[in-house]
Amino acid sequence: MVDLIYQLFPYAIAFTIPLLLTSLGGLFSERSGVINIGLEGLMLMGMFVGAFTISQTEAANPGTAVWIGLLSAAVFGAIFALLHAFACVTLNANQVISGIAINMIASAVTVYLARFLTGSGNVQIIRGLSRQTIPLLSDIPVLGRLFFTQSYATTWLVLFILAAATFLLYKTKFGLRLRACGEHPHAADSAGVNVYLMRYMAVIISGACAGLGGAIFIVTLSGEFNGTAAGLGFLALAALIFGQWKPWGILAATFFFGFASTIANVSQVIPTLAQIPGIYLKTFPYVVTLIALVLSSKSSQAPKAIGEPYDKGKR
Amino acid sequence: MDYIVEMNNIRKEFPGIVACDDIDFQVKKGEIHALLGENGAGKSTLMNILFGLYQPDSGSIVLRGKKTNIANPNIANDLGIGMVHQHFKLVHNFTVTENIILGLEPTRALMVDTRSASSRIRELSKRYNLNVNPDAKIEDVSVGMQQRVEIIKMLYRDAEILIFDEPTAVLTPQEVQELTKIMHSLIDEGKTIILITHKLREIMSIADRCTVIRWGKVIGTVSVSETSEEKLAEMMVGRKVIFDLDKKEARPKEEILSLEKLTVNGKDGGHGLKSFSLGVKCGEIVGLAGVDGNGQSELIEAVIGLRKPDGGKILLHGEDISNLSIRERIEKGVAHIPEDRHKHGLVLDYTVQENFILKNYYQPPFSARGLLNWDTIYEHAERVIKDFDVRSGQGVEASARSLSGGNQQKAIVGREIDGNPDLLVAVQPTRGLDVGAIEYIHQRLLEQRDQGKAVLLISLELDEILDLSDRIAVIYNGELVGIVDADETDENEIGLMMAGGKRGAAV
Repeated sequence: MVDLIYQLFPYAIAFTIPLLLTSLGGLFSERSGVINIGLEGLMLMGMFVGAFTISQTEAANPGTAVWIGLLSAAVFGAIFALLHAFACVTLNANQVISGIAINMIASAVTVYLARFLTGSGNVQIIRGLSRQTIPLLSDIPVLGRLFFTQSYATTWLVLFILAAATFLLYKTKFGLRLRACGEHPHAADSAGVNVYLMRYMAVIISGACAGLGGAIFIVTLSGEFNGTAAGLGFLALAALIFGQWKPWGILAATFFFGFASTIANVSQVIPTLAQIPGIYLKTFPYVVTLIALVLSSKSSQAPKAIGEPYDKGKR
Repeated sequence: MDYIVEMNNIRKEFPGIVACDDIDFQVKKGEIHALLGENGAGKSTLMNILFGLYQPDSGSIVLRGKKTNIANPNIANDLGIGMVHQHFKLVHNFTVTENIILGLEPTRALMVDTRSASSRIRELSKRYNLNVNPDAKIEDVSVGMQQRVEIIKMLYRDAEILIFDEPTAVLTPQEVQELTKIMHSLIDEGKTIILITHKLREIMSIADRCTVIRWGKVIGTVSVSETSEEKLAEMMVGRKVIFDLDKKEARPKEEILSLEKLTVNGKDGGHGLKSFSLGVKCGEIVGLAGVDGNGQSELIEAVIGLRKPDGGKILLHGEDISNLSIRERIEKGVAHIPEDRHKHGLVLDYTVQENFILKNYYQPPFSARGLLNWDTIYEHAERVIKDFDVRSGQGVEASARSLSGGNQQKAIVGREIDGNPDLLVAVQPTRGLDVGAIEYIHQRLLEQRDQGKAVLLISLELDEILDLSDRIAVIYNGELVGIVDADETDENEIGLMMAGGKRGAAV
């Protein structure tokens, strides 16, 4: 059993990381008061841009191609999210509809571009990110084997982003203003905070995070863009709610998803788990989420002004 | 004496209405200047212009002798103008400090420096006797405290001209007294206060001068020491206001509503209602007096059916209605003027005529064979807004949201009374209304009574209870303290009872 956990752990973490990052992106957006159902589409955009950039550049510079790909995925995610921000903040559109539109546009545009640019709907990369065992730290008993063996550099990057996001949201004036916009935009406005600007920034950050999250999924787990984000974005959104719009809650929620999904994925090859019908394992995280969301809905910590377009005139 | 604020020939039009019609308004430094007018008279619009939320169509603003253009609230802030809005602009899950510094955060090493901010807030709080705890969360503090937070917010921004928009609407009598003291200490420190209100008594006790606005026009500016409540009321409404109601002798008949040991568990840790018994007869007004949150809302919700009682009976005409649905109760003749007109009174984005049929849209003549009969609905609405003097820009086609608070309230009162109910549960029926509208609604309630209908009046305004009721029941901690005849009691006795008086305990 312990060995099983040791075996599964790196996979679980690898699965958790893109979810965590995307969910953190959603956190920024929603804490500023903009619902971001478009996470799925933003991730997909990141997956495509990441895979495409890497596949084009890895022949010339094999060492850095992955990082260039990740960077461009974040940039294009941010740019794509601008569309959502424009609709929700400037045009006061319904945020859910806009998010759905983002998802639809993303799945159409990425496949179109993939076919147009590469001739195929699938974009493969030859070399993803390699796993590394960190010297010294990996020698720590238990923890060393769990966390510092066979880990991706992106894992540490994302954990750093998690810490930075927590700091940004709760310790800086940017965070204070952003949260105020999500709770009571009129209060923020009357205190001289530019609600529109804050929301734009938040949505752009969420786009960058989701784009990067998508690309990380490509370089660590899947190795190819195939025209779908397979519901990861929605899972990230669920984790955001499950985690009650708090960074550490999100970490716990995404890790739970990551671990449960990993168990489901590998269950067929592990004798102890193979006895359980696959369908139970596969649906397990979703069923638990559903139950958890129902139970936690009463004490929901959702930002108060979430989903409300900000209209100066309305009091 | 120079004026610190001069607003000259301010004009502001909204679609269908002239909110400010060439208004001249001057405030002296160091005074408390009241701005008096009925709801919708244009006083809030004028102040929103001064605070930079609206731009005037024409006219000029001169501050400290200098002509200025206040394009947005930030500029107003820089010019030393602060405003406490009627609906507080506070983030509920932020601390007091975070709310105050929002937008002006002091930082140290990238981080918001809440420590230095909260010590400055503590200082301000001490200096003006505001008694605010900078580390408390807004959702945990009382409304009165929230208002003081708003005041500190202005002081923190070094405001010199402080605008208060209906500051006492949400306060208990004790809190109003405290606020008065605070205002005087602000004046002592050299601030200037503009007080938007429609409460005459407040003006008489707080203000130095008073400008009266009616229908977007200035009627006059007077010294408070040289005027009286009656004169102000006349200026505000445009005619003599009768302060003494024309109240005939009540002729109570059979009991219509009987509450028998009604028990309702409290929500959110409230008191709830404990074995509460009360009878209301046809042809009388029973007033329920009590400090807010002592079980009134549980009582109301149980009677009208928003909530199931946890024990005891509610009898209407001797029949137990505790388990009937709201609609069945309405059909049996129960009407309700809700406490919160936005939450339970109106669908704000529906038109006035649609709001009038919310309770009986499914009945003829408003609907036939499942279709709405718009002609009848329109005519009905036209008649009700005429009968109840509901003023709106586009008549019955106006959305409820576009009406001023007073007119929204009149619309609700109209809808409820027009249905000719046997029992009217009126909760704070005149909350936030001006003298003219209050007088009007009081008359209508008395009319109901005189027609042999029953009225259960729940109000936090003791004056209202004393003026209207025939009998007064006092509630404290969810229990009935006692029932007294309105003729044989006074403010003092009721006040003591409201504090649980029969046990001699003070709050």
